[in-house]
Amino acid sequence: MNITGLEALVFGVDDVAACSQYLRDYGLDAVGANTQGGRFESLDGSCVVIAHKDDATLPPALGTASMLRKTIYGVADTQALEAIATELGKDRPVRRLPDGSIESSDDMGFTLGFQVSTKRAIKLAAETVNAPGSSLHRKPNHVAVDENAVIKPRSLSHVVYFVPDTAKAEAFYVQRLGFKCTDRLLGAGPFLRPAGAQEHHCLFMLQTPPFMKGVEHFTFHLGGPTELMQAGTRFVNKGYESFWGPGRHKFGSNWFWYFNSPLACHVEYDADMDLHDDSWVAREAPMNADNSQLFLFQQRDKWAPGPPPPGSPGVAPKH
Amino acid sequence: MTNPAITLCRLDDLPDGDSRGFDPYASGRDSVLVVRQAENVYAYQNACPHVNRSPLAWQKNRYLNAARDRIVCNGHGAEFDIATGICTLGPCQGERLAGLPLTVSDTGEVQLA
Repeated sequence: MNITGLEALVFGVDDVAACSQYLRDYGLDAVGANTQGGRFESLDGSCVVIAHKDDATLPPALGTASMLRKTIYGVADTQALEAIATELGKDRPVRRLPDGSIESSDDMGFTLGFQVSTKRAIKLAAETVNAPGSSLHRKPNHVAVDENAVIKPRSLSHVVYFVPDTAKAEAFYVQRLGFKCTDRLLGAGPFLRPAGAQEHHCLFMLQTPPFMKGVEHFTFHLGGPTELMQAGTRFVNKGYESFWGPGRHKFGSNWFWYFNSPLACHVEYDADMDLHDDSWVAREAPMNADNSQLFLFQQRDKWAPGPPPPGSPGVAPKH
Repeated sequence: MTNPAITLCRLDDLPDGDSRGFDPYASGRDSVLVVRQAENVYAYQNACPHVNRSPLAWQKNRYLNAARDRIVCNGHGAEFDIATGICTLGPCQGERLAGLPLTVSDTGEVQLA
């Protein structure tokens, strides 16, 4: 089951105009989007697709407040696609769609799609830092800070589900689709990596009551911590509502910054996630504030030290 | 002695069918959300009952669904009845937003009591 990662998330939304504005301001490129919705792509073509919740072409809703309708994974080739069709066809319907992809569902009732990956290869430098002792550094005269830097989400990173039974859900992804558990937050759920990718997780699941079933958040990768801070600051300055962050997770090591969104889930910027191979042994830690982050900051308005302005309380009048 | 009323804005400043966030205690973030429907104005603490202290808007002043008939928490899509604050859909179904007493003065000022 050579699944290579996430390709697209499909949402049936209440307010198409609000979601379109949001996804554009987040940094995705609208491709063929109109007032009915459309596709919002990152640099490698992985994307979020939105349509109005009443659009009859959408897969069924989850029956909760969640607006997620479908999660689409990429595979390396048609052989891998057929292997998934055969495996899932053993105990559930597998539909073949006109675009060559297949559609089925997981054991929690989330609609899944699988397609031969359509992601574009991207070649972009990661953020480079200068540090004494390191041979990896920026060239002389290469200035790191660019206030006008163009910052674009590079690739769809991961999605997080609320599920009523994480053990059953994990078993499906591990046993039927070949995912590996990279780490586990006890009392919350597993971080899962598909066999064809090294990133710490593209799926994380949280145990919740059935009426919460849906998506907690999704996120795209940025080029590094500075891009994350800069993009998040710009997002705040456009009036968007920070929910959690910026900070850095422990499991996965990814930097994070979560925001509210009109897609009925949080939307995150992330950067610098760990890579793993099959020699990795999953760690376990109880879910709590300390284990879920190395550190946490909170955005504040720009400020610099200096004398208070004339006339401020406590400032003596000049004589 | 009672505390003086805190004026949030003028009623004329609130478009019918729209919402606004306010930071009356200078906390740095909007702690109060207000919705106007015709001559009725409703105020709630900007805190979802589901996740401790989490704000509801997705962007400054954007608290309502597309039909403008529900307050929405844009964390996980919980919907709340505008007049009562009761959650009708989502993770905190049956719970309610914390209402704040509000008055409109004779001169048209919307005030927290």
